[in-house]
Amino acid sequence: MLFLTHIWLIPLLPATGAAIMFFFGRRLQKATVNAVCVGAVALAFIMACGAVLQYTSWTDTNHHQPYEKVLYTWLGTDTGHLNYVTHDGAQANFQADAGFLLDPLSSIWLLFVTGVGMLIHIYSTGYMAHEGGYYRFFGYLNLFMFSMLTLILANNYVLMFVGWEGVGLCSYLLIGFYFQRKSASDAANKAFIVNRIGDAGFILGMFFIAWLCGSLRYIDVNAFAHSGNYSADTLKYITAATLLLFVGACGKSAQLPLYIWLPDAMEGPTPVSALIHAATMVTAGVYMVARSNALFVLAPTSMKTVAIVGALTAIFAASIGLVQNDIKRVLAYSTVSQLGYMFLALGVGAFAAGVFHVFTHAFFKALLFLGAGSVIHAMSGEQDMRKMGALSHKIPITYRTMLIATLAIAGFPPFAGFFSKDEILWQTWTSEGGAYRILWGIGYITALMTAFYMFRLIYLTFWSPSRITSHEVEHHLHESPKSMTMPLVVLAVCSIFAGFLGWPHSLGGSDRFAHFLDPVFSRGEAHVLVEEGKVGQLAAGEKEEEHTSPTEYLLMLLSVGAAGLGWFIAGRSYAGAETGYVEPIEAVSPPLYKTLLNKYYVDEGYDYVFTGRRKLGNIRLGAMGLGEASSWFDSHVIDGAVNAAGWITRLTATISSWWDKWIIDGIGVNGPAILARMLSYPARLLEWGLVQWYALVMTAGLVGFVFYYVYH
Amino acid sequence: MLDISTLHYLVLGAALFLLGVIGVLTRRNVVIVLMSIELILNAVNLNLVAFSRYWQSIHGGAALHGQVFAIFVITDAAAEAAIGLGILIAFFRNKETVNMDEVNLLKW
Repeated sequence: MLFLTHIWLIPLLPATGAAIMFFFGRRLQKATVNAVCVGAVALAFIMACGAVLQYTSWTDTNHHQPYEKVLYTWLGTDTGHLNYVTHDGAQANFQADAGFLLDPLSSIWLLFVTGVGMLIHIYSTGYMAHEGGYYRFFGYLNLFMFSMLTLILANNYVLMFVGWEGVGLCSYLLIGFYFQRKSASDAANKAFIVNRIGDAGFILGMFFIAWLCGSLRYIDVNAFAHSGNYSADTLKYITAATLLLFVGACGKSAQLPLYIWLPDAMEGPTPVSALIHAATMVTAGVYMVARSNALFVLAPTSMKTVAIVGALTAIFAASIGLVQNDIKRVLAYSTVSQLGYMFLALGVGAFAAGVFHVFTHAFFKALLFLGAGSVIHAMSGEQDMRKMGALSHKIPITYRTMLIATLAIAGFPPFAGFFSKDEILWQTWTSEGGAYRILWGIGYITALMTAFYMFRLIYLTFWSPSRITSHEVEHHLHESPKSMTMPLVVLAVCSIFAGFLGWPHSLGGSDRFAHFLDPVFSRGEAHVLVEEGKVGQLAAGEKEEEHTSPTEYLLMLLSVGAAGLGWFIAGRSYAGAETGYVEPIEAVSPPLYKTLLNKYYVDEGYDYVFTGRRKLGNIRLGAMGLGEASSWFDSHVIDGAVNAAGWITRLTATISSWWDKWIIDGIGVNGPAILARMLSYPARLLEWGLVQWYALVMTAGLVGFVFYYVYH
Repeated sequence: MLDISTLHYLVLGAALFLLGVIGVLTRRNVVIVLMSIELILNAVNLNLVAFSRYWQSIHGGAALHGQVFAIFVITDAAAEAAIGLGILIAFFRNKETVNMDEVNLLKW
């Protein structure tokens, strides 16, 4: 129980590393920085493994309860100073503990966050070796690990929000790591601002939950959700609360319409893209929705919203990814698309499948990003795939591991992505209601697109003829150092084998992964729902068990077929891509190609609507001027109020200063001094400075005394 | 031969005292002033011894309080002369003069 009772040490270790970096990092050698930062995360990983192991044995004897460890109350007290009235009139305290909760859900996140985080730390020691701000980079990475682990291990929404904001901050700092570059600092601002919109939703959702449940602890919220004693009105509030939470998830996990920050986040160093913008932070939204599954299943509208937004994001981002030329941008859109898959799974109630996809995705997507980083490293910083090609023999380890990751994400058996993606599609297909078949269709097309753009990447980078123009770059091609290839190999192994944890029943497995998650999701998935006044209807997530297995095999074959078809088309189009090759989509429909290449002009649209920055000739677009209006409101009303407060303070300060200067100092302090000075004038006249005159006065006094006593 | 009475001593003492006071008040040289102070002290010593002798002549016995006190005063005078000369040397080092008129730093 050592690791379990000291679970609070897991986030604290990287926090210590970050603190050391920020206070002393400038003076430390690179080797020391490596030892402290990588060591802290490696230690956290070991402790996480120990804690999860101990948890699995502990929970068997404790009715599959989550393990909760409360250190102290950091927000509010139980003395009733911060109490409020909940929706049913009860008194409740607004309070949050510095408490940690370990259950199967957080265990999974804990393991892959620390594990992948450790590998990426190791990778960064090679990738960032020649960069300035080495200690700063590792300080930020460790701070990120601390925030992410706080987010995962929190036992209430408020502490989760602390981690949530922390990872947002670290994301901002790391995207803007090369802050001398305008585009990087712009991208950092964009990520931060777009995330604020989601965070606002999260905060409002939290308030709703506090108002509904009278507590923000997961255990209390789940107990409330499972209690069943709520009215139709309460369900409406739950719908509102879950929709607001989902807005937060949309911001953090880059779903429509808030996904726009993630592709730009590729301005950060590649290990950051791998760690934060592929494997861990962007799955925080999935984690939050999965964590709130008990509430979500009570709100079918929210569930449908999640599923539809997820599916649309999946296909939308995948279609943009088809034509991007920057190797990291392809992967960024791929990440958005895969996150869409995860939300699709959550939305159809297949929480375990969604979490499983998060788990497998963490490995192969981190691997793809790290591989891309290795390619960029080999290409002396070139990210444009049009200037690559025929790299497979030059950087064999990177090539092989990236190929494995591509097979995994495209969904070829027996790689990890096959199991998770197939599970999601299957669960979508079997969800009740014909509309879900449409979502399945969207998911299926997305799978085809995924295979296409991933093999496009592989062909353009590794297999097609070389299009490298610069001899210097060609001459400089080299495989990355061991510190970079080792994590690639480990992640490749995980990408192959991680899927076996969720080997489905239909293929003779036991789906241990979903079984492990049962304590978190089973009550939610089987929960009886009150929907639109009809009692007893099954939740959207409830599965029909009678579906025949042949359909499942057929769907499995279909998705493998889609993956193969994607590979085939990519091969047809790019296998012989010489310099100046024509994109197949451009050949078919140039306007469509242009639209996709410009990302459906969404950024321009946002600019038009919100910032009004775009100009067409001399005409300023942005007629709606929301940004202008907000800016005006901010500078005139908000700042006006701030300035007024400042002005009033200044006025009172002036009065106070006058009083102090003339009354307190003038009369009280200087008054006695002036009096003493005036009285001193006659006394001073006696001191004229001639010693012998003093002696004469003494003598005269003596003579005077003598006369007085003699003649008195 | 006329007996030397107490009055003679007192007149001599008063004369010495007056000389000392005049010396202190009129001379500018610090050394002379210190010497004049010695004169004043010795005038006092003379008085002490004279009154002690007078007291003996009336009451008899061998009480020597006045003489002992005079010895103390001489000791004190030696110490005072040492300190005074020390101050004088320090002063001379700073000002290169022994003129008392120029000691006026403590004037307001």
